[in-house]
Amino acid sequence: MGKYLEMIRIRFLMMLAYRTNYYSGILIYSINIGAYYFLWQAIYGGKQDIEGLSVLQMTTYIAVAWMARAFYFNNIDREIAQEIKEGKVAVELIRPYSYLGMKTMQGLGEGIFRLLFFSIPGMVIVSLIFRLHVAFDPSVWSWFGISIVLSFIINTQINLLTGMTTFFLFNNDGLIRAKRVVIDLFSGLLLPISFFPMWAQTVMKYLPFQGISYVPSMIFTEGFKGNEMIQAILLQLAWTVILLIPIGVLWKLAKKQMIIQGG
Amino acid sequence: MFYLKMFFQYVAQYIKVRLQYRTDLLVEFLSDLLFQGVNLVFILIVFGHTKLLSGWSQYEIIFIYGFFLVPFAIFSSFFNIWDFNDRYIVKGEMDRILTRPIHSLFQIILERIELESLLGVVTGIAVMLYSGGKLGIGLHWYDPFLFILFAIGGALVYGGIFIIMAAIGFWSDAKTSIMPMMYNIGNYGRYPVNIYNTVIRFVLTWILPFAFVGVYPASYFLGKEEWYGYAFMTPVIGILFITLSVFLWNKGVKRYRGAGN
Repeated sequence: MGKYLEMIRIRFLMMLAYRTNYYSGILIYSINIGAYYFLWQAIYGGKQDIEGLSVLQMTTYIAVAWMARAFYFNNIDREIAQEIKEGKVAVELIRPYSYLGMKTMQGLGEGIFRLLFFSIPGMVIVSLIFRLHVAFDPSVWSWFGISIVLSFIINTQINLLTGMTTFFLFNNDGLIRAKRVVIDLFSGLLLPISFFPMWAQTVMKYLPFQGISYVPSMIFTEGFKGNEMIQAILLQLAWTVILLIPIGVLWKLAKKQMIIQGG
Repeated sequence: MFYLKMFFQYVAQYIKVRLQYRTDLLVEFLSDLLFQGVNLVFILIVFGHTKLLSGWSQYEIIFIYGFFLVPFAIFSSFFNIWDFNDRYIVKGEMDRILTRPIHSLFQIILERIELESLLGVVTGIAVMLYSGGKLGIGLHWYDPFLFILFAIGGALVYGGIFIIMAAIGFWSDAKTSIMPMMYNIGNYGRYPVNIYNTVIRFVLTWILPFAFVGVYPASYFLGKEEWYGYAFMTPVIGILFITLSVFLWNKGVKRYRGAGN
């Protein structure tokens, strides 16, 4: 356990070393959310609400979704792909830790850094400039906290899976890019799932993506309450367990593949 | 002349390499199409809930998006330098570049060329033709020429901004995580700038002039006369930004001391 905590710490410190990174990060996140804020104001026009979300809830939804993304988002799929291509992964495998576990911890270190240095200051700035619907109910915050940890896990699991495909596809830049685009749309980062046409909503119900962005953002904006909220979190939990299966299988196959490549 | 010859040699080499790995190429085409599709889906869903966006109709917004895809495709093919810092400064590749008798920026652009992104030109024109047809836009004989001029202008704006971002790497230790976020900001130039407040509109017009890649030039073809002044400034802003970026780049290269020692 100690060594994994150490990995979180190292990655955190590595991120901290690049100072210009976080000033510009906060600034760019704020511009980003600002632009979306006005876009959604324009989309609502004079309307009171769309699909049960008021304009205030909607702008909050976007702000929270982008801030949460700072926490769950990481590039470990790209890193894994790089390490496989450079052959570094062979060395990693003989080290006394789980490679995938280590990657997850590095992602977590990065997430904690972004949460503390982008999300929280960004959220403060954004809420000073724009009107947002921020709940002061501690129970909403704690459910949101649980939910966002689960979104980190689901997103990381999907990243691990995409990264591991490099073992079989050799060059998967296109796949990684496609995955990112699909997640932005299907996770509800760009649009709440409830805005999609019914048939699309039905399809998305069977995919893990809405556990990444839609669920935590809806909890924060109180679009999900009570039973609906508990169900959404249980769904997230279910996906974190289900996704372990393809990861396990792919990893087993990948190790076999390694022996052939390594010669 | 020498530069032109180099350019074609690199392109020929590039095509040979890409055709070696055809499935790769296919996957990249598909992921590009997917990316373009997702943005279209966003517009379609939004207009499923509203009729007008600050006075702009669905097909007008789609038309702007179609236009945007063209300069963006040119940019992605020739200015693929978003990981310049990691790839060239941190890993010391810049040393290799500087020993050769061609301008360093030109070499890096050639090395990182990604011609398959030009597919976006085709998609963009298709989207414009489709939405233009729905809007009943007529064409003058000079419109195609203006279109090419505006598209190149827009690509230069994009290129200029990203070269400036890359050149900053010579001065600061910034890692490249600003770059992906810059791609996000680039997207806001696609929406009518009159929906934003004055600060954001100012930023998108004069500081990070992404509005010149989408809404401004496209409004010319949409016949929005109040934006014509901005539309015709597109090539000017493009040349201005690319000149500024090359100037900054040259200054940065003088400062560069190499990695490692």
